[in-house]
Amino acid sequence: MKLWPVIPLLAVVSHIAMAAGDVETGKQIAMQGNNQGATACVACHGANGQGNASAGFPRLAGLNAAYLGKQLRDYRNGSRDNPTMNPIAAALDDVASRDVAAYYAGLDPVGDSTKRKESASGRTLALRGDWDNTIPACVSCHGPGGRGVAPAFPALAGQHASYIKAQLQAWRAGKRRNDANELMKVVAERMSDEQIQAVADYFAAAPVQPDTGAEQ
Amino acid sequence: MKTTLVLISSLLAVTGTGIGQERDYQLELPDTPGEAPRFTPPPDSAIPDNQFGEMVRRGRDLFINTQQLRGKYVGNDLNCVNCHVDAGRRADSAPLWAAYTMYPAYRGKNDRVNTMEERIQGCFRYSMNGKPPPSGSEELTAILTYHYWLAKGAPTGVALAGRGYPKLDSPDKTPAIRRGQQVYQAQCTICHADDGQGRKAEGEHIFPPLWGEDSFNWGAGMHRINTAANFIHANMPLGKPYSLSEQEAWDVAAYINSHERPQDPRNDGDLKTTDQTFHNHQCYYGDKINDAVLGSQAYPNPFE
Ligand code: HEC
Ligand code: HEC
Ligand code: HEC
Ligand code: HEC
Repeated sequence: MKLWPVIPLLAVVSHIAMAAGDVETGKQIAMQGNNQGATACVACHGANGQGNASAGFPRLAGLNAAYLGKQLRDYRNGSRDNPTMNPIAAALDDVASRDVAAYYAGLDPVGDSTKRKESASGRTLALRGDWDNTIPACVSCHGPGGRGVAPAFPALAGQHASYIKAQLQAWRAGKRRNDANELMKVVAERMSDEQIQAVADYFAAAPVQPDTGAEQ
Repeated sequence: MKTTLVLISSLLAVTGTGIGQERDYQLELPDTPGEAPRFTPPPDSAIPDNQFGEMVRRGRDLFINTQQLRGKYVGNDLNCVNCHVDAGRRADSAPLWAAYTMYPAYRGKNDRVNTMEERIQGCFRYSMNGKPPPSGSEELTAILTYHYWLAKGAPTGVALAGRGYPKLDSPDKTPAIRRGQQVYQAQCTICHADDGQGRKAEGEHIFPPLWGEDSFNWGAGMHRINTAANFIHANMPLGKPYSLSEQEAWDVAAYINSHERPQDPRNDGDLKTTDQTFHNHQCYYGDKINDAVLGSQAYPNPFE
C-alpha cells in the first residue's frame, strides 16, 4: 500500500553484449606479442601465465576474462598506471585485448600451498573481515576461498603475495584508482601494514580449486 | 509535498491501532533513545569449548549459512547474515545482542507478549520465505543460543545503541522509482546485477537476490520502503556504509521494492484484503506499478 503518489519507472536502459574473445589469436599474442608493439606476455607472466613472485609479475591464468579485459583497457586509457604495462596495453586494441584475456582466463591456475604460513590474522581478515574497522571479509567480494566472482571481482587465491601486497599499498597511496566506485580503495585504506602482509600471505597459499571443508 | 508527508505520518499513526488479528512479527522496531548505552559482544574466540559452546557455534553456522536448511525451513536463497551483517554482530545492522535483551515484548498490534523465539520464527517465515523451525527444535535452539551468547553481559530490558537499522528522516522528495533505478545502476549492479538476482560463484550466492522468486517475501520487514532505506543507508554498498545520500537511499529502496517477489503468506487469495489488513505502511504491495499490480503475480511460498 502506497503512502505517496507512485512515480513510476520510465527509462529503460539497454545493454550491449560483449563478444567473447578468440583463444587461439590470444595465445599467439601471449607467446609472440604482436607487430604493433606489444611484447610477448610470456616473457614476464610466464609460459603458462603463472606470473613471477620475486619480480612481482601477477599470475594471469584463470582470472576471469571480463576482469582481465578491463585491466588491459584501463592500462591503455591510463586509468591504471604502470610504466611497464601502459605501453604494452596501448598496443592492444579492443579485439586483441579480448582475445588475450580469453586465452589467460582459460588456463588453469597453479597454486602453491607449500608457501602456506600460519597466519591466523590473515585468515580471519580474509574469511570474516575486521568490522571494527569496517573491513568486510575479502571473500564477501572475492568469492568463496577468494577464487573470484565474475565479472568484476578477481581471484586472489594463488596470486603472488608480493603482487597482492603491492596492489594494496598502491590503493592506499592513491596510485591504483581503477576500481569501480572505489570499492577496493576504501577497503585497502582501512588496512594496517600487518594486515596487508598477513592477508597477502594467506591468499598466496590458498587453494586455487574448491577444497571442501578448508574454509570454515 | 507537504500533503504527502502529512499523509505518511497520519497513516503511520493508524498502524499502531490493532488492525490485523494475525501476529505480525515483522513490525517496525521502536526508536532507540538517543542516550542509549553502547555494548560490545564477546569475540568468537571466547566461545567456550564445551557442549554449550558447541551449540553457540552451531547457531552461528546456521545464521551464516542458513541455506543448509533450504527446503526444510528456508524457501529462498538468503542467509540470515545477509541482513544482519558481520554474523549479527554489527551495530546498525539489527544486531542480535541488541535484540536478545528486549524480549519478551508486548505488542499492541496483536495484543500479546511476543518472545525471542517467535521473533526469530518471523524472520524464517517472511525474510527467508520459509517455514519456522518449531520451538524446541535443534535448529531454533542453536540460533537462540547464539543470540544469547552475543548478548552476554548486556543489561536486560535496556534499549542499546545500534539496535535495528538507524531511522532516516522523512525524505525531502517523495521517493521515486525512476531516480532509484539510476542509483541502482550506478551503485548496486556490480554486485546485485541488473536483474536484481545477485551473483553466484561455485553454485552459491555471493551477492544475494533483492527481488524475485529467491528473495524475501511481501510480508518481510525489508519490503517496507522505510525499513529498506534505513538498512541500505547504514549498510550498502558493502564496505561503504553511509556513503549514499539519504534521498538516494530512499529512492533506491523504492526501486528494489517495486518488483514482484514471493507472496505474503498471510494472503488467502484476496490481494485487496491482505493489502488493507497488513500493509498500512510505506510499501507498494497492491499498487499498480508499470501496468501490473504488485502482489498479483507474486511467487508462491514453497511451503504453503
Ligand atoms: C615486461 C614485463 C611484462 C610484460 C612483457 C607483460 N606484462 Fe603484464 N604485467 C607486468 C607487471 C609488472 C604487472 C603489474 C603492474 C601493476 O602493478 O599494475 C602486469 C600486470 C598485468 C595485468 C593485470 C593483472 C591483474 O591481476 O590485475 C594484465 C591483465 C597483464 N599484465 C596482461 C599482460 C598481457 C596480455 C601481456 C602481453 C600482451 C603482458 N601483460 C605483458 C609485466 C609485464
Ligand atoms: C566491497 C568489495 C571488496 C572487498 C570487501 C574486497 N575487495 Fe578487493 N577488489 C574489489 C574490486 C572491485 C577489485 C577489482 C578492481 C578493478 O576492477 O581493478 C578488487 C581487487 C583487488 C586486488 C587486485 C587484484 C589484481 O589481480 O590486481 C587485490 C589484491 C584485492 N582486491 C585484495 C583484497 C583483500 C585482501 C581484501 C580483504 C581485506 C579485499 N580485496 C576485499 C572489491 C573488494
Ligand atoms: C531480508 C532481510 C532479512 C533476513 C534474511 C533476516 N532478517 Fe531478521 N530482520 C530483518 C528486518 C528488516 C528486521 C527488523 C528490523 C527493523 O525493523 O529495524 C529483522 C529483525 C530481526 C530480529 C529482531 C531484532 C530486534 O532488535 O528486535 C531478529 C532476532 C532477527 N531478525 C533474526 C533473524 C534470523 C535468525 C534470521 C535468519 C533465519 C533473519 N533474521 C533473517 C531482516 C532480515
Ligand atoms: C560490493 C558488493 C555490493 C554492493 C555494491 C551492494 N551490495 Fe547489497 N549486499 C552485498 C552483500 C555481500 C550482501 C549480503 C551481506 C552479508 O551477507 O554480509 C548484501 C545485502 C543487501 C541487501 C539485503 C539482502 C537482500 O537480499 O535483500 C539489500 C537490500 C541490499 N544489499 C541492497 C543494496 C543496494 C540498494 C545497493 C546499492 C546502493 C547495494 N546493495 C550495493 C553486496 C553489495
